Amino acid sequence: MAISFDKAFGIHQYTIGARSARAEVLAANIANADTPGYKARDLDFSSALEQAQSRTQSGFALATSDARHIQGGSSSSLAGNVKYRVPNQPDTGDGNTVDVQQERSSFMENGLEYQASLEFLNSRISGLLKAIKGDQA
Amino acid sequence: MSLFRIFDIAGSAMSAQSVRLNATASNLANAESVSSSAETTYRARRPVFASALADVMQGEKEGSVGVEVKGVLESQAPLLREFNPTHPMADKDGFIYRPNVNPVEEMADMMSATRSYQTNVQVADSAKQMLLQTLRMGKG
Repeated sequence: MAISFDKAFGIHQYTIGARSARAEVLAANIANADTPGYKARDLDFSSALEQAQSRTQSGFALATSDARHIQGGSSSSLAGNVKYRVPNQPDTGDGNTVDVQQERSSFMENGLEYQASLEFLNSRISGLLKAIKGDQA
Repeated sequence: MSLFRIFDIAGSAMSAQSVRLNATASNLANAESVSSSAETTYRARRPVFASALADVMQGEKEGSVGVEVKGVLESQAPLLREFNPTHPMADKDGFIYRPNVNPVEEMADMMSATRSYQTNVQVADSAKQMLLQTLRMGKG
């Protein structure tokens, strides 16, 4: 019986990618906390994860010969999953909808969940290593 | 990889906030710079922030936009014209012009800029921790 890395790592190999994509979106929110007219965004995590899981190995990417061409295909794990946040406070006057407290706690939560996924992956890897090495110490 | 982009984004925010802090420092330093004509009087400066949408145009992933400073604008608030004929800078009618800098406003702006800078440093630090842990993955 062959060892399947894909099966061994399970969902965590995709979770980690979606978590890092979400970290990027939240970092952009925090960075733009003082930008007039900026609307806070967040990643729809479950649909991003679903998309990452169902993505086939050979995606149909469009050929681009210019920097302004649309990428197309499944090149971006974020495409279509980034949604605008519903502000929980009325407009402060400059059209910015970033709530820094909310973004910071989401960023921290997302970071911890990323670490949790890493821990799961680490334990799977050490389990595989144990299986490969047999009963050697 | 997304985590590397966080450094760009947080870095752009940090440099934007430092431009804002620079403008605040300049405003506070010149709060008492009197002058003898309205044209030569110092006016309060404010940077204008905007999302760096240029990256999105170049096929970058949506959702990750940094900050850029569009420019530094001078406040159009009226200057303080003060009758002070004994002042060495007084014009022929005995008036001096004081800058339209509001020190209270500047101090509040300074605190806001400092906190935003700190937040972005923490974001970059968290991203660094996440990356380092990813690099150590599988090493036990």
